[in-house]
Amino acid sequence: MKEQDIQHVAKLSKLSLSQDDLHQFTSQLTDIVHMVERLNEVDTEGVAVTANVVHDINVMREDVAVKGTDRDLLMTNVPEHEDGFIKVPVIIDNGEAGA
Amino acid sequence: MTKWYDKSVEELHDLLVKKEITATELTKETFNRLKETEPKIDAFLALNEEKALEQAKLIDEKGIAAEDVLAGIPIGIKDNIVTKGLRTTAASKMLENFDPIYDATVMSKLYDKQMIPVGKLNMDEFAMGGSTENSAFKPTKNAWDQRKVPGGSSGGSAAAVAAGQVPVSLGSDTGGSIRQPAAFNGIVGMKPTYGRVSRFGLIAFASSLDQIGPLTRTVRDNALVLEAISGQDERDSTSASHPVANYVADIDAGVKGMKLAVPKEFMGEGVEAGVRESVQAAIEKFRELGATVEEVSLPNIAYSVEAYYIIASSEASSNLQRFDGIRYGYRADDCQNLEEVYIKTRSEGFGDEVKRRIMLGTFSLSAGYYDAYFKKAGQIRTLIKEEFLSVLKEYDLIIGPTAPTVAYNLGENIKDPLTMYAADILTIPVNLAGLPGMSIPCGLSNGLPVGLQIIGSYFDEKTMYQAAYAFEQGTEFHKLQPEILGGNN
Amino acid sequence: MNFETVIGLEVHVELKTNSKIFSPAPVAFGADPNTNTNVIDWGYPGVLPVLNKNVVEFGMKAALALNCEISQHTYFDRKNYFYPDNPKAYQISQDEFPLGHDGWIEIEVEGEKRKIRIERVHIEEDAGKNIHGSEGYSYVDLNRQGTPLIEIVSEADMRSPEEAYAYLEAIRSIIQFTGVSDVKMEEGSMRCDANISLRPYGQEKFGTKTELKNLNSLNFVKKGLAYEQKRQERVLLSGGIIQQETRRYDDATGETILMRVKEGASDYRYFPEPDIPHLEIADEWVESVRASLPELPSKRRERYVNELGLPEYDAMVLTLTKEMSDFFEETLTQGADAKQASNWLMGGVSAYLNSEKLELHETNLTPENLAGMIEIIADGTISSKIAKKVFKELITNGGHAREVVEAKGWVQLSDPSKLLPIINEILDKNAQSVEDFKNGKDRALGFLVGQTMKATKGQANPGVVNKLLQEELNKR
Repeated sequence: MKEQDIQHVAKLSKLSLSQDDLHQFTSQLTDIVHMVERLNEVDTEGVAVTANVVHDINVMREDVAVKGTDRDLLMTNVPEHEDGFIKVPVIIDNGEAGA
Repeated sequence: MTKWYDKSVEELHDLLVKKEITATELTKETFNRLKETEPKIDAFLALNEEKALEQAKLIDEKGIAAEDVLAGIPIGIKDNIVTKGLRTTAASKMLENFDPIYDATVMSKLYDKQMIPVGKLNMDEFAMGGSTENSAFKPTKNAWDQRKVPGGSSGGSAAAVAAGQVPVSLGSDTGGSIRQPAAFNGIVGMKPTYGRVSRFGLIAFASSLDQIGPLTRTVRDNALVLEAISGQDERDSTSASHPVANYVADIDAGVKGMKLAVPKEFMGEGVEAGVRESVQAAIEKFRELGATVEEVSLPNIAYSVEAYYIIASSEASSNLQRFDGIRYGYRADDCQNLEEVYIKTRSEGFGDEVKRRIMLGTFSLSAGYYDAYFKKAGQIRTLIKEEFLSVLKEYDLIIGPTAPTVAYNLGENIKDPLTMYAADILTIPVNLAGLPGMSIPCGLSNGLPVGLQIIGSYFDEKTMYQAAYAFEQGTEFHKLQPEILGGNN
Repeated sequence: MNFETVIGLEVHVELKTNSKIFSPAPVAFGADPNTNTNVIDWGYPGVLPVLNKNVVEFGMKAALALNCEISQHTYFDRKNYFYPDNPKAYQISQDEFPLGHDGWIEIEVEGEKRKIRIERVHIEEDAGKNIHGSEGYSYVDLNRQGTPLIEIVSEADMRSPEEAYAYLEAIRSIIQFTGVSDVKMEEGSMRCDANISLRPYGQEKFGTKTELKNLNSLNFVKKGLAYEQKRQERVLLSGGIIQQETRRYDDATGETILMRVKEGASDYRYFPEPDIPHLEIADEWVESVRASLPELPSKRRERYVNELGLPEYDAMVLTLTKEMSDFFEETLTQGADAKQASNWLMGGVSAYLNSEKLELHETNLTPENLAGMIEIIADGTISSKIAKKVFKELITNGGHAREVVEAKGWVQLSDPSKLLPIINEILDKNAQSVEDFKNGKDRALGFLVGQTMKATKGQANPGVVNKLLQEELNKR
């Protein structure tokens, strides 16, 4: 992995790295990725992916609404809020949003 | 009054029922003991003294019935379990001042049983690590030797129990985080079947691997607490509908006729000689007690560390995105715009190991790498699970060492992530398969405890407890105590 | 060079459940900020999503109504991106196995019918809302966070803005008939993003597409696409190339404005959601949901044409909304003639609703009273001229047609014994017109009819007046 790959991943992760961090992370992640590449020794052709080990299927709740939690309580840990809104510094469109 | 702090939950319950000690006295004594031992152990991040005493007072007023085995018993809680009104940090600067407004399901269950949470226990930040040195606040010390690590990530949970600060604690285990510190501190630690205990209120590290479980000094205590916290939870749809067994009934059934498997991969070169000898002796003991023990092979286990680090880091990279400085937790100062809030908050709030895993996970999921990393790891996971299941079709339990080494020196491995990761090889596969695994003490090597790992079939914790209890009662290892608990070791 | 337009639409529809998709907080529109939320919606540390069963059933209903196949095995995925209205920084959605796939609907433009294929219908959670304030701050309201959505993705099968309009109208109507959503674009319970590209006729490969956002009404969709179609054509004809970009429609200028250029695909790092067990949807479940579907607009249209003998156009207009169609059917149940009822609903009623910006249920008109009015027109109790007044009364103030007519004294005058004195009085006063009539000037008769109508305040039966006038004139 090159430093620019690490920079790209850091950007996706919303992390900034100092020059020292960048060097260190690049070398450590390169080692880790090397280690991980050992997985290619295993033939997994046609093997299903296990993404969880949940035992039940179709676990759902009935559609019953419960009143929202007290707003003041929810605001307990909010760094900045105003008039019932969570306040955040201005949004610069990063092109990612979009439900 | 006799010394109480090395007593088991059941012994304390007897004292409480006979009114030889009140819940209030026990709680006060617990905090006294805590304050006396903390300078050596550093297991706790927050104490719950005022509320614990209030709760104890109410319990005393009501009286403790013989069947309320856990009533009035102090318990320590790993700091990634959300506790209403009690600061919960996951040992991260990110949540340094986080004041939860709800309780985890396990907390509600403990309150139902009238257990008294006395404080929050130190851990590796967001449960990422195996030595508790990744705590943003302080390293915890091994109860047996304060120059050694307590293991991790539930290092605080294990050291506190081993040092007699509390008789029981809750930990969480994503890749060995209950079992390995239990082994390093010579106590009993159980990671139940995935889905056995609700994860609602457990700050997620890797959702498909995380489980909460108890750490205790005796097998019976462990069984009692697991039963109390188990069961399906309507707030966690991954919690299992499978009925909860009565783990203590028939716990003394013995191992006669049981078939145990020892994977040869668990006893290989990477395992320290002292550890291997203790485990070998344990195998002989099981034979002596009437079990059949045979060697088996689980070849794909060799790839479990790699698969685990991809899967766990991928899930973590997504789970930890919510820490963005907006709704709770740390927010960096002087941010001009939103992007700065995100980047500065996360860069300042997370420690290096957390950042490393977030980056590895983000990389594994990113465009162009998903198939070679995340998907490949998920396929290996299938192979590992199938291997386990085929062995468990033939055998009741799988046994082996919990960790390849005993506790090492503080600062020894922290700089080298690869060595740290590789040390999890014996515990990780169990999480990948979602099986239950536990560690019980099986001797000392160089004066430090060795853990014996017992792995069972899905939801078969009962058989594991039977084997563990038979071993415990058939040996003297559980009677070994560290100096801080009054022992000679 | 001539270009063919290629359009695909992504439609988001909010489902009308009681509670959110993954939390029990209420689903409601227009509440105070952050009052319909809980720790799950806020993505508090440690919380977990639990799937609302009705969301799956509603989603299945919609998918079946859009002729989709239902996936037997499906699960959720996480779509990762940071934004303040997205508290977990991932949206729980479906990527690899959508709930429904391979559907289609039929649309009609200028009398020509076409099938538009639907690639997929999946369920997901909506985000909260950011309000951009002044002074360098934005404000977040999480009430909408976790509202259940279905996303309906069409194939790129539409070839004009008009087809896109017809497709959306049809989707809206079908979903509305299933009852799973209000599908109101103004309130955001139906939202649309459009992809549009141009290619020379005969070329198989699609051109580079642009994505249009902020299309908050059916008309915006049509206008935005029409503008974008022309813009792309201009660029291509002048030798330029189309960039893959996202554009916003601005209704004030009628133009689309560049929002951002897409630098390759966004990296959302989708992966399977580990917190929610998989869904195995058995055939019996699908069939029980299918059986619960109401009659859909296409079936009703067929019935209106084949059984009621209505023109196709009438059938189409009447089934655009479920409310109108239900009203129509109830009016028939109350005894009205189908064509008459259709004429009134497509004519007077629709005009009134448009001019007053109301919906049918917000007026005082009932099917019973509309049927009653049609009846007294037919039996001659009121003239069609008076009917207009009666209708206005019924739709604004309500009431039973016959009672209104009687109370207001609007009953048509047909009785010769009452009309003759009035007619003779008019003939006496207008000797010149009588003279003109005798001299063969037919126009004089028209004038005298008019005078009679005026004298009776329009209530005289014009046919009877005409007949009586002629008889009386001949007597003189």
